[in-house]
Amino acid sequence: MKIHKYDTVIVGAGGAGMRAAIESTKRSRTAVLTKLYPTRSHTGAAQGGMAAALANVEEDNWEWHTFDTIKGGDYLVDQDAAEILAKEAIDAVLDLEKMGLPFNRTPAGEIDQRRFGGHSRNHGEAPVRRACYAADRTGHMILQTLYQNCVKEGVEFFNEFYVLDQLLVEEDGVKKSAGVVAYELATGEIHVFQSKSVIYASGGTGKFFKVTSNAHTLTGDGQAACYRRGLPLEDMEFFQFHPTGIWRMGILLTEGARGEGGILRNKDGERFMEKYAPVMKDLASRDVVSRSIYTEIREGRGCGPEGDHVYLDLTHLPPEQLDAKLPDITEFARTYLGIEPYTDPIPIQPTAHYAMGGIPTNVQGEVLSDNTTVVPGLYAAGEVACVSVHGANRLGTNSLLDINVFGKRSGIAAAEYAHKTEYIELPENPAAMVEAQIERLRNSTGTERVATIRLELQECMDANVMVFRTEQTIKTAVEKIAELRERYLNVSIQDKGRRFNTDLLEAVELGNLLDLAEVMATSALARKESRGGHYREDYPNRDDVNFMRHTMAYREVADDGTESIRLDYKPVVQTRYQPMERKY
Amino acid sequence: MATPTMDKAEAAGTPEPGFADTPYITATFRIRRFNPEVSDQSEWEDFEVLIDPKERVLDALHKIKWELDGTLTFRRSCAHGVCGSDAMRINGKNRLACKTLIKDLNPDKPITIEAIKGLTVLKDLVVDMDPFFQAYRDVMPFLITKGNEPTRERLQSAEDRERFDDTTKCILCAACTSSCPVFWNDGQYFGPAAIVNAHRFIFDSRDEGGEQRLEILNDKDGVWRCRTTFNCTDACPRGIEVTKAIQEVKRALITRRF
Repeated sequence: MKIHKYDTVIVGAGGAGMRAAIESTKRSRTAVLTKLYPTRSHTGAAQGGMAAALANVEEDNWEWHTFDTIKGGDYLVDQDAAEILAKEAIDAVLDLEKMGLPFNRTPAGEIDQRRFGGHSRNHGEAPVRRACYAADRTGHMILQTLYQNCVKEGVEFFNEFYVLDQLLVEEDGVKKSAGVVAYELATGEIHVFQSKSVIYASGGTGKFFKVTSNAHTLTGDGQAACYRRGLPLEDMEFFQFHPTGIWRMGILLTEGARGEGGILRNKDGERFMEKYAPVMKDLASRDVVSRSIYTEIREGRGCGPEGDHVYLDLTHLPPEQLDAKLPDITEFARTYLGIEPYTDPIPIQPTAHYAMGGIPTNVQGEVLSDNTTVVPGLYAAGEVACVSVHGANRLGTNSLLDINVFGKRSGIAAAEYAHKTEYIELPENPAAMVEAQIERLRNSTGTERVATIRLELQECMDANVMVFRTEQTIKTAVEKIAELRERYLNVSIQDKGRRFNTDLLEAVELGNLLDLAEVMATSALARKESRGGHYREDYPNRDDVNFMRHTMAYREVADDGTESIRLDYKPVVQTRYQPMERKY
Repeated sequence: MATPTMDKAEAAGTPEPGFADTPYITATFRIRRFNPEVSDQSEWEDFEVLIDPKERVLDALHKIKWELDGTLTFRRSCAHGVCGSDAMRINGKNRLACKTLIKDLNPDKPITIEAIKGLTVLKDLVVDMDPFFQAYRDVMPFLITKGNEPTRERLQSAEDRERFDDTTKCILCAACTSSCPVFWNDGQYFGPAAIVNAHRFIFDSRDEGGEQRLEILNDKDGVWRCRTTFNCTDACPRGIEVTKAIQEVKRALITRRF
């Protein structure tokens, strides 16, 4: 075991982690621990754009953007946070441009902007051009630009280090962060990083679904590390299903395709979104569009012999426009489906895309241990966190924005905190839990296979807690997950070695997915209403009287060692917007 | 009722344009294995996999790892060609495993898979990427500007933006660099990927560090080592005209115009 000492440790090197690192490295001695080489992070898969009311191509302002974000989140958004997001969006985009990001340009040479789902002029009048973009690889360009600037600033990376435990120490009755424990993939060695601040920026947890746009590596490691140490997870029942994933594969096809004029059609060729969202049509918010697609499928208007998908139609758009604005997604259709988007519509279905919930933080990125108490020295930003700027449903282009605004904020806050505080003494045997976990998995002679349990989990989640949910389906999921958690104790791996043991790490990741799936299903069961991405067929309406509140899920361990989930609730911060019926 | 879901194995026939539905086939994957904890020699190992030929080579590797041999080791993440983790040598050509479909490889014969060349193999298909990223860092891959920053964005015409568009697509997968015979023979050579990333800034109208980067690439291990074999262009999974970019950097070194 090796012990390292840094002012600030950042867990994860996607957009939020690297944006934080650029700030904290200037201010404090910083280490970035990342399970992937930074440029492999899933920020790079984001396509369509990053919202900011620059008003470069038409009238716009941040107040409209704030309203759209709150409405998009079905009023579960903390409105003070949404206002910060929309206001600071403008500088966040300009910061990236100054760092070198090659945005597409207007004829005047300014940053070009395009339409995106749920973003509107004057509180819902019509779609507005607010998404700043670089073709359909905006996330790729953000990831590259941030990495380039990390190189410039000399950010210190520990690549292929998996953070498996969060060290919390109680001092004067307050839980404080003392550092993290990490596993080095190349050697199998365990490292303890003692630090004054820790920032989690480790991304989402979409791999508990089967049809997902998420990378294989998005297994909720940061959420799980904090949750196991007794910290709450907020609003985990809210998961976004992106309307346009490649049929069966789930690979993302950007909403920017509809922003450029693409149309969703059913088997009769009908533009069905006109029925569900008369004003915004194909550019309604993602939860609305995904439900509409599945309604078409369930009512027998789906395409193909199984009637199990609909079409994204780009055939009326000029090929030059597709080549210039949507080169990557049209190539995906050619590569993975053998389809030419110039002439043929693309079969799509909703795909599990984004966790609105996560580790609760305030607007400085400080992690909360309950509804109000800050954990000194602990921060989170990006998809792993829940500020909450996305509420019950995130608007497209607001995640690339979130990672930049709150990545920057947490990077500054964590480094400043490190300056004014002393190291906290590490607990005795700081790596004990991780060592025990690794040894148990390495030495297990159990009969269960990781891949089998993972697939059963994914199929169960797809079938029961996806776009449509009921009491019965969620209960089925809760029971199945409990069974899988039991079987997981009997899992064994084949690779017993120390070098690059990805067999072992996949087993660890599966444990994280199982814990988080349980939290998600349990939170969903208790929310007896429909709001944003959480749609209950048995409670089809939003219930502001009983459920205008955030879910807070805690892991409880009884004296006899039995684990359970305790649910609590947190009020939503409302400033200037009263909840209204949500229509697009 | 729950959300309708689809099961790949159960789905039959499709009138969709594009791929006709194809039956599963048994394909042989001949993989060069290496694990220094076990032996200092590498050896080929065959795995037979029942697979839909429309699936990716990465899907086959997962089937092997998840169902046959958990010790098989490779890097992967996004699985659709944007993260750059899974460059490997497939049937003798550098490609991304997640962007190569089985049906495009003549699965009647064994499909060979080995680590990319020119970088030290650490285990199976995993190589040491540090020298590759060091070459990247050495070309100063970030925007260099002088004077005060403007309040708003720097202006750039659509034409100026287009000038370096091709080289912004790079995902640093190393398929190009590890396909280059010059790099195989001399790991000191910067390699195509580093030059591509220098090009991305040299030809960016906002950048003022072009001269510095050109001097770095004027080094004996710089662009002049390129023998224009076009392996890099063939290997690039993003379709970047890598050799052309290298030639443009050479030309800029001679004319000092960019």
